[in-house]
Amino acid sequence: MADLLFNIAAVIMMISLVLAMVRLLLGPTAADRAVALDAMTIIALSLIGWIAFMSGRVIYLDVALVYGLISFVGVVAIARYVERGV
Amino acid sequence: MNLAIVIILGLLMLIAAVTALYLKTLSSAVIASGAVSLLASILFLLLAAPDVAMTEAAIGSALTTVVFLYALSRMRGKKKEEPRD
Amino acid sequence: MEILGGIFAIAGSIFLFLAALGLIRMPDLYDRMQAGTKATTLGTMLFLIGLAIVEPLWTGKAALLILFVIFSNPLSSHTLARAAYHTGVTLGERASCDELAGACGDEEDSA
Repeated sequence: MADLLFNIAAVIMMISLVLAMVRLLLGPTAADRAVALDAMTIIALSLIGWIAFMSGRVIYLDVALVYGLISFVGVVAIARYVERGV
Repeated sequence: MNLAIVIILGLLMLIAAVTALYLKTLSSAVIASGAVSLLASILFLLLAAPDVAMTEAAIGSALTTVVFLYALSRMRGKKKEEPRD
Repeated sequence: MEILGGIFAIAGSIFLFLAALGLIRMPDLYDRMQAGTKATTLGTMLFLIGLAIVEPLWTGKAALLILFVIFSNPLSSHTLARAAYHTGVTLGERASCDELAGACGDEEDSA
């Protein structure tokens, strides 16, 4: 039962990943694309949680931990570059 | 289920890579290549390689983005007048 | 108990979907930023709470992940909004006034 519900959640998350990708394609400025990349990162973090649940290995959540820390650095670097250069 | 997700992720990766080729401004292209490495990291995780996924996340998403942007801001140099986005 | 966790996970994924829809439908950058960061924070929190309900042994790592998301996501949103404002991204047509530039009227009049 929980497998079915989590699969439905994964399908919805894949659709939202595609929608965020559309904004990354056609955003007019670089800040729009950075916002889309940030949203894609957070959606991918949930997707990694789903992969960890489906395969039943807790080690996969470590990847999500690393990703949550590292992507923040990338977004802050993009913001500082857009503002005045790193 | 898994195969469909792998195919969709691969297609998204391809679209992001082509976008990174054809964008006019350089910082947008750097952001698109960051999206490529993000999708590649999920794909490695689906192929049951968590250590490769962790390395791809650390290097592809943070380190190359920061190094590219640092190089761009060094190359831009004194010319402050041109549009930045 | 598993069904409760699944319902939490579906609620979280629906919030993620609404965030992605807002990223496409919103008219200007600041609205997109509002939709793209706040709603995804709530969605990820709900999904990880559902995951921790279904698998009770994973509660520690899920709580740490929720903590990271809560700390890092509003901070990056604020940094991006500040950078976009200082590079001159304008508000949309439907925005009434720019409060940071002091272009709004008196507070007593609006209230």
